[in-house]
Amino acid sequence: MQKDELRVENVSKCWKDFELRDVTMSVREGEHFIILGPTGVGKTVLLEIIAGILPPDSGRVVFRGKDVTDEPPERRGFVYIPQNYALFPHMTVFSNVAYGLKIRGVPKQEIERRVREVAEVLGIDHLLHRKPKTLSGGEQQRVAIARALVVEPPLILMDEPFANLDVQTRGRLIGEMKRWRRELGFTAIHVTHSFEEAISLGDRVGVMLRGRLVQVGAIREVFSKPSSEEVARFLGFENVIEGVASGRRLRVNGLEIELPEEASGRIRVGLRPEDIILSEEPLRSSARNEFRAVVESVEELGPLVRVTLRAGGVTLRAFVTRSSMVELGIEKGRELYASFKASALHVF
Amino acid sequence: MRRDYTLYFFAAMGTFLVVYIILPIATMYVRQASDWGMLVKTLHDPVVRAAIRRSLVTATATALIALTFGVPLGYVLARKDFPGKSMVQAIIDVPIVIPHSVVGIMLLVTFSSRILDSYKGIIAAMLFVSMSFTVNSARDGFLAVDEKLEHVARTLGASRLRAFFGIALPMALPNIASGAVMTWARAMSEVGSILIVAYYPMTAQVLILEYFNNYGLRASRPIAVIMITLSLVIFLTLRWMVGRWARAEG
Repeated sequence: MQKDELRVENVSKCWKDFELRDVTMSVREGEHFIILGPTGVGKTVLLEIIAGILPPDSGRVVFRGKDVTDEPPERRGFVYIPQNYALFPHMTVFSNVAYGLKIRGVPKQEIERRVREVAEVLGIDHLLHRKPKTLSGGEQQRVAIARALVVEPPLILMDEPFANLDVQTRGRLIGEMKRWRRELGFTAIHVTHSFEEAISLGDRVGVMLRGRLVQVGAIREVFSKPSSEEVARFLGFENVIEGVASGRRLRVNGLEIELPEEASGRIRVGLRPEDIILSEEPLRSSARNEFRAVVESVEELGPLVRVTLRAGGVTLRAFVTRSSMVELGIEKGRELYASFKASALHVF
Repeated sequence: MRRDYTLYFFAAMGTFLVVYIILPIATMYVRQASDWGMLVKTLHDPVVRAAIRRSLVTATATALIALTFGVPLGYVLARKDFPGKSMVQAIIDVPIVIPHSVVGIMLLVTFSSRILDSYKGIIAAMLFVSMSFTVNSARDGFLAVDEKLEHVARTLGASRLRAFFGIALPMALPNIASGAVMTWARAMSEVGSILIVAYYPMTAQVLILEYFNNYGLRASRPIAVIMITLSLVIFLTLRWMVGRWARAEG
């Protein structure tokens, strides 16, 4: 296993409307670590504490075994890329990218060479003479990343790097970031609220809810096995069903649900809405839980439709495509069959 | 489109103030034009020339001193919250509300013979009444610079001081410069406190008053005309330069 590069130990901080509580995490060398959480939970505050911009109220930041909690940002050397990129507006793109090298007293020719090198990888070599305000959002983001990577920092801290971009640019740049990482190699902490970014870029993820880092682990593990109902809900398990289990059966308000594993006592299970199948006739498959359900409401979400159903005493939320909605004649009051595999259930 | 009569009416009301400023200036030039000989004579008067030189030098020195101390203060006020901050803000604005004769008395009571009738006294009086402009506009200039820019500069390896000189200061410079121009102009126009603190060495402002008292309106008017011409030309030129520069940076 790789060594921990950075450890955040029991960091707490009250800052404006944000509160971080007892955050502990570690980042390994070469890793792309995602801090995932809804907006306004203090992810940026955590990033600024790691960068050295804000001091924590308590707790420590340890880098390569050395406590850096009291070191100023310039002594830590982690490069911060804020959400608005913070390009220096009074300098050209070249001077922006060269800034960190100039501070380090790198000779002029070497600066020139290294800036051009990184600019080429990031595809901004034709923009070097421009001022930042003349650039598009995607170009600005590339410049911000070039400015960070050119100093070869041990760690870069990215705050919602793709949030200000349109959908197409975002998709393209997420793909490119994988390539930049292969070509230039860096360790990153990446704050986002987007599952897409987390899944496509992250090695490990820390889920942050209400100022706490509630679960840390490999991306797939966290997404398939959320550690609590709260994390499950945030990660898209819209159905959380509570009941009394015995063996592989869960009894809930008159329904009997088959579980993927044995359990006992009062438990909760999570179920993603996309794992529920709606049909007019029973599917008659033994591996499935199947219930008669009545449609309570229909909510259109663009290409998908969220259907809320009532099966016995349980409310279920399911996603169907718009065409299935029309095909099945889904509307309020319609009676259907809702089915899902036992293996789609996640027991907390 | 329907005419917006409210705005026309308000504009007509406001015109009164604009005319009220222009009228005395224009009248003075018109009157002086009919007394050309006196203006030429005054222009060659070594006493007048020396006085005007003193005014320009002291006002410029005042602006430089205000910059030296006002820019750091403005930066602190923009970047740091501390107990008593609003108190400091209020203190910076106090000179604007104190009658200038009172300023003169206070300075004299406090520093007495150390500033009495000296260049130090002139600059002390000018600085007291004019530095607020530099401090306030430096503060506003720094407030307009996104603090994240400095944060990023620091994570890129710059010390706080280096980030200040490399990022915050250049970006706030147009604001700071226009504050310094205001300070300079305010210093040029100060007379009340200078009369009390430093009647001598005689500045143009005081000389106008002395000529008026001793020789009347006809003798003092040409100096006033020269003074206002100089002030306006320099003030408007500086403002224009700062404005153009700010737009180019913007």
